[in-house]
Amino acid sequence: MVMRFLRGKQDPKERDQKLDEGLQKSRSGLFGQMSALFDREEITDETWEELEELLVASDVGVETTFTLVESLQDRVDSGELRRPSHVRETLKQELRGILESVPPRNGAATGEGLLVTLVVGVNGVGKTTTIAKMANRLKADGAQVVIGAADTFRAAAIDQLEVWGQRAGVPVIAGAPNSDPASVVHDALAAARTRRADVLLVDTAGRLHTKYNLMEELRKIERVVSKGGSKVENLLVLDATTGQNGLLQARQFAKTVSLDGVVISKMDGTSKGGIVFAVVKELGVPIRYVATGEKIGDLAEFDSQAFVDALWS
Amino acid sequence: MFESLTDRMQGTFKKLNSKGRIAENDVDLALREVRISLMEADVNLKVAKQFVNGVKAKVEDAHALESLNPTQQIIQVVNEEMVELLGSEEAKLQTAPAPPTVLMMVGLQGSGKTTHSAKLALLLRRQGGKPMLVAADVYRPAAVKQLETLGGNLKIPVHSEGTQVAPERIAANAVAEARANGYTHVILDTAGRLSIDEAMMQELERVKEATNPTETLLVADAMTGQEAVRVAQQFHERLGVTGLIMSKMDGDARGGAALSIRSVTGVPIKFIGTGERPEALEPFMPDRMASRILGLGDMLSLIERAQAAFDERQAAELEQKMRTATFTLEDFYTQLQTIKSMGPLSQLLDMIPGMGSAMRNQDVQVDEREMKRIEAIIQSMTPDERQHPEILKNGRRRKRVAAGSGTSVADVNALLSQFNQMQKMMKQLTAGGSRGKLPRIPGLFS
Repeated sequence: MVMRFLRGKQDPKERDQKLDEGLQKSRSGLFGQMSALFDREEITDETWEELEELLVASDVGVETTFTLVESLQDRVDSGELRRPSHVRETLKQELRGILESVPPRNGAATGEGLLVTLVVGVNGVGKTTTIAKMANRLKADGAQVVIGAADTFRAAAIDQLEVWGQRAGVPVIAGAPNSDPASVVHDALAAARTRRADVLLVDTAGRLHTKYNLMEELRKIERVVSKGGSKVENLLVLDATTGQNGLLQARQFAKTVSLDGVVISKMDGTSKGGIVFAVVKELGVPIRYVATGEKIGDLAEFDSQAFVDALWS
Repeated sequence: MFESLTDRMQGTFKKLNSKGRIAENDVDLALREVRISLMEADVNLKVAKQFVNGVKAKVEDAHALESLNPTQQIIQVVNEEMVELLGSEEAKLQTAPAPPTVLMMVGLQGSGKTTHSAKLALLLRRQGGKPMLVAADVYRPAAVKQLETLGGNLKIPVHSEGTQVAPERIAANAVAEARANGYTHVILDTAGRLSIDEAMMQELERVKEATNPTETLLVADAMTGQEAVRVAQQFHERLGVTGLIMSKMDGDARGGAALSIRSVTGVPIKFIGTGERPEALEPFMPDRMASRILGLGDMLSLIERAQAAFDERQAAELEQKMRTATFTLEDFYTQLQTIKSMGPLSQLLDMIPGMGSAMRNQDVQVDEREMKRIEAIIQSMTPDERQHPEILKNGRRRKRVAAGSGTSVADVNALLSQFNQMQKMMKQLTAGGSRGKLPRIPGLFS
């Protein structure tokens, strides 16, 4: 029964449009230029160089860029690809291939009972807002949702979540500021069970992945949740404007708690989004959602085809 | 971890060295590595290109190729050039001719405007000022409350008028209040957006017009990618940014954004944010930033971690013990605990320049279990044995310790001989003997 709401009732057209809008800048920006590169008559060294630069400028990362371009070059050299338009189609396929190399994982899709979703990430990526959007969406799809406000560190984080909770019509379980986040999670778990909720979304404090103690705290929170016998999934929120550090973040969080998915936030705040490819490629963690705006409804399920198509259309 | 630039360039030159002399176009290869390294540090593409061209000219002038160690020469030029670009002048906060000095904080959402407003207020008060914070972000849920809480904790007054009044009105009222009540600084925490939009810019322009700020400070996230320059440029064009604050510098972001923004806008970097606590605001140091962007080791972060973990008094005691060679197993145990609190050993070693790649090359692995075993053995000793390890010469004692720690007598022996070696080494060190070369501690690497 849980599957029903996770597969999303949103009209696919409407979703594509949202994503389209979010990616508008990408299209007219770098990826658009990249596409134009291949409208030329022939492929020259310059073409490759420009292609490399454009991919790097999209935050795809040097390594991923080199791999992509080299493989295309080989195929041109071997005569497999002749026309620039073929190269373009192939690059598109390869980009999509990276995103599709990892099967989607939906923790909720396996059965009944409470699913606890731990939302983690560095400071300022938009965890709290993302939680509100997820809550809103799950609720609209018919699920019983409870939010646990385990960011007890940042001043007024709890108030912020409570405002969002009211807007989404979802109860927020919070402890006192500066209290132990693990104990808040414990209370939230109990509340979610009492209410027979389907999903408990846990907002955690932003922490830089290099802070050993804070990462250990996260491990403790995860332990508290899994001890309760509920299904747990961990989602990492990554800011779409993040550069190469996004990869280090994802790596370190994946080492601390097993990651089940990534949410790309602030997708309308960037003309890039290239970090998506690097993260999926290196960590094998699927992208779950794309957050596209500041309103509570601005959250789309990640669809690699729509994503890549939108980049290129 | 990224391979450091030095490692990489040395690799390039090693390949070239086998051919004999280094030719001019070989330098291009080395500089290509510089460019890649810059891009991996999120330095803007155009800035990276420009930078490399500048370095090339300097390298040719300096006849670096004729030197015995071209890698070091080029790295030095790169480093110097970068420090220069990052700005060698000390960028202090400007003060208005008549108080209050208005500081307007601007930036995208999540960059850390509110946190850094509070940090700046604390810094100014410590310098003898009387700052006031102003909550002019009326959109983000609980943003006003966040600033009020931060101000309350620091006992710094916060001017707020809820979320129904226009930000420029709030700001103007705050400045009037500050003037009337003898405040030296007014810090305006303005609203951020996900991306630059016209409505936000117009609002910020109105706030600026209403308050005539002495400084307009752009808060930029050190982790931002290639987008950073575009964002900064737009803020600068519309608002005339006078200084940058790079936030979240306590992470491991290489901070290429800082170089890019500085280089494109020419606006000086004034502060860096190095943590979540209100005290974590430091003046910007270009040389340190340059090393960081170039990835010349993370020694600084290692030192910082050690400072955070070690108690100063404890360290002094330890030093004294080492000097007088009264270092006991008990002290060794305490030291192990401290190191453990700094994070996994492998991560720590990775921060030492050259160590990371050396370990990868030799396929050395840190055995954290070995550390646990050592701990267990020491825990199984009596206090007396820890203070006077020589009494462990007694075979029965060793047997007991081995049984208690679930190890073998051979393990206990190994630890004791390691400890002996350490003591000897300390004696040597205090005798002013061998510097530089660190003796191996057998058993920690397997």
